[in-house]
Amino acid sequence: MQTWIAKNRTTLVIAAVVVVAAYVFYYAKNDIAPSMYVSAWGYAIPLVLASLVGVIGERSGVVNIGIEGQMLIAAFAGFFVAAYSGSMLAGVLAGVGSGLVAGAFLAWTTVRWRMDQIIAGVVLNIVATGITSFYYTPGQILPGVIPNLTVPGLSSIPLIGDVFFTGESAIALFAIVAALLVHVGLFRTRWGLRTRAVGEYPSAADTAGIDVERLRIINVTLAGSLAGLAGVYLSMDASSTFERSMTAGRGFLALAIMIMGMWRPLRAFSMALFFGFISAVASQLQQTGGFAVPPQLTGTLPYVATLVVLAVAAGRVRAPGAVGQPYVKKDQ
Amino acid sequence: MSEPTSGPTSSGAERPETEGTPHPAGHDDTSREHLEAIATTDAALELPPEQSGFGEGVVGEVLLDIRGLTKSFGSVHANRDISLDVRRGEIVALLGENGAGKSTLVNQIFGLITPDSGTVSIKGDERRIKDPRDAIARGVGMVHQHFQLVPVMTVAENVMLGHESVRGGLLDLDSARRMVRELSEKHRLAVDPDAEVEDLPVGTQQRVEILKALSRRVDLLILDEPTAVLTPQETDELLGVMRELANSGTSIVFITHKLREVLAVSDRVYVLRQGEVVGEVATKDTDATRLATMMVGREVVLSIDKTAATPGDTVLEIEDLHVSDDRGLAAVDGLSLTVRAGEIVGVAGVEGNGQRELVEALAGMRKVGSGRMRLKDLDLTTADPYRTHHAGVGHIPEDREKHGIVGTYSIADNLVLNEFDQAPYSKSGVRQFDAIRANAERLREEFDIRSSGVMQTAGSLSGGNKQKVVVAREMSFEPTLLMAAQPTRGVDVGSIEFIHRRIVEARDAGAAVLLVSAELDEILSLSDRIAVVHGGAVVAEMDAADADRTEIGRLMAGDH
Repeated sequence: MQTWIAKNRTTLVIAAVVVVAAYVFYYAKNDIAPSMYVSAWGYAIPLVLASLVGVIGERSGVVNIGIEGQMLIAAFAGFFVAAYSGSMLAGVLAGVGSGLVAGAFLAWTTVRWRMDQIIAGVVLNIVATGITSFYYTPGQILPGVIPNLTVPGLSSIPLIGDVFFTGESAIALFAIVAALLVHVGLFRTRWGLRTRAVGEYPSAADTAGIDVERLRIINVTLAGSLAGLAGVYLSMDASSTFERSMTAGRGFLALAIMIMGMWRPLRAFSMALFFGFISAVASQLQQTGGFAVPPQLTGTLPYVATLVVLAVAAGRVRAPGAVGQPYVKKDQ
Repeated sequence: MSEPTSGPTSSGAERPETEGTPHPAGHDDTSREHLEAIATTDAALELPPEQSGFGEGVVGEVLLDIRGLTKSFGSVHANRDISLDVRRGEIVALLGENGAGKSTLVNQIFGLITPDSGTVSIKGDERRIKDPRDAIARGVGMVHQHFQLVPVMTVAENVMLGHESVRGGLLDLDSARRMVRELSEKHRLAVDPDAEVEDLPVGTQQRVEILKALSRRVDLLILDEPTAVLTPQETDELLGVMRELANSGTSIVFITHKLREVLAVSDRVYVLRQGEVVGEVATKDTDATRLATMMVGREVVLSIDKTAATPGDTVLEIEDLHVSDDRGLAAVDGLSLTVRAGEIVGVAGVEGNGQRELVEALAGMRKVGSGRMRLKDLDLTTADPYRTHHAGVGHIPEDREKHGIVGTYSIADNLVLNEFDQAPYSKSGVRQFDAIRANAERLREEFDIRSSGVMQTAGSLSGGNKQKVVVAREMSFEPTLLMAAQPTRGVDVGSIEFIHRRIVEARDAGAAVLLVSAELDEILSLSDRIAVVHGGAVVAEMDAADADRTEIGRLMAGDH
């Protein structure tokens, strides 16, 4: 425990400062702060899920730049299946399922057939944009809403309870659980140890009797379901409609978040919140218009923040050792 | 198929039980000296041979039986009709030059490579070994030439990988730590279970590899060139562990091309050449010269034939040099040394005592903290690699893969890597391929670089031939100063002989030679003068003629 504190001192100090600042701001500016926090979290939810997709993939050694496409396909499938079938559940399942299929596509092309991982991801993005734009029909509406839940107990915590656990959609709650589960899974379970070994030094895993390709395929495919859920959230929860290219670069932003989160689920979660907050600040600035800043400029705030944070992070963070490299056995 | 030779049985039964060391006398002098050195440094070797199943005359069961194993990669026959067997408690050495097919052979035992034909049976089980998991399940453990450790994980995590203990769905790291501690105590291989592997020196990483293999039930332990990266002390330690393991009933297959290790530790030797077993012999019935002849297929001169040096003017002068290592710690710490034309100065020392930083500083690859380095009248202190090369410094780097060759370039391009922009290889900024090719053909002939042609990529050559490419390039421009850092590391015997001869020839042609090597033998046999380094400074200098192995070992260990 003590060594853990010593090792993570900087992180802990920053976290403490941020939490205190958040509470101070919450109570000092309680006219705008609560709504800003809620919109920050709303913006962060798909980023949390999508960055987990990136974390799982890269921890296994597979770069997934197709998250954008996976989300888009899932947003499309979820929305239209729900609209035509009249069942929200069918929609959610279709969205998650299509994310899985897209994940399986990426897994098979890159791991089994050793296609270049970047190219496979780009293919996925292009195909997703093409298909969803072509088959898009306007005028559909959803048959219902994703249920909102309030978690007893947790919801009574000041600030945290209000923002995260009161009247939240099931998907939002799931995102929190998913981040915790992936974190524990990655660092505390057999699956995680093997996944990290496969992503860092696959031949070590292979010689220890682990089937590298199989584990990579399973991980990349299953991670696709999280991307699917992120897409479902966009079209069925956040906006209740599907629009062309509605993912708007969130899949790529998720990769930046993954890097800034040092390929660790809980840090990625925090970074997603940070980006949500920056976006909330940007839209707040546009609404209040207190400054003589053109809205186009305030709108760039999240992206400028990405650049700055990535520039600071560059050279300090280290990607899993075998990321982007297909594993080729000696025999082949 | 012919009956397996009676070698193992007889070698076991005839082992003299009265021997004080695990090995009978009768080897040449160097190996006996070596045995004595080991016996004094490592208690394990003092175990009486009676503790071994062999010593009592109880010949172990046949543990591994390979029949007619054949494997080709494309048109290359890596293994041709190989048959061998290993009995329980036996240490079998596989000896052969680079590219002889040793690694291919053991990789088939471990399930990493599937044989084209032939059988590998372990404890009578002839089913095909599908993958490493299968091999592990049958009691085979392997320590790989390139360590198979995840650098960012701890020792305990690496050891448990693949057979993790789990409690309540979560990893049981405590039991993994306990396992590492128990194993490391039992085999006297000290490691900290919580250390991250990438922070450990190679010698310790090697221990982790061995512990990893031993953490599973291992009947047959394969060691693929385990001593290539070890210091002499670490090598002795490892040989002791191997003896101990064999005594407790583990069979060991040991790949190497260092004859002394074979003679020191093995019971039996299989010699491989061009993918075939060319000889099988009980260690006590052979000696270094005969083994080398079998391995190379011709007579090999093991001792270097050289005349006394006739040193000329001082070429390299280093004064009070200070250089930091990658972590910013002082690596070279007040080192002074001179090298004269026509002499070989050997730098002896345990690795990590500033040798690498010294060479890199001289080559212009590393910034000098303070002090002076002069090559004749030229100040080398601030020179970059381009200028040092053109000032006449030839550099055979320690890490040939990283600093010696560009693996994806052809042999021809690699041979002009530092002259490519000079005439005749370039005219008015246009490369002259005819000249480059002619140069390559000439050097390939002269330096005996075995390849399919000069346009073959350098990365596809065997270790010895890669090194010959580097040596050819760095010697062909007749350097005033030749720096050779670990020039024969991971190189087969035939190539070692060749490289040593070329170094002596360069000296005779008037070059000043600075030889840095972790192999004390190499230093002793090549050098005219020896400088022992410890803690980044020269602690003693002596004429090679007066050098005493034990004395140097003591100085290297920091006792001065």
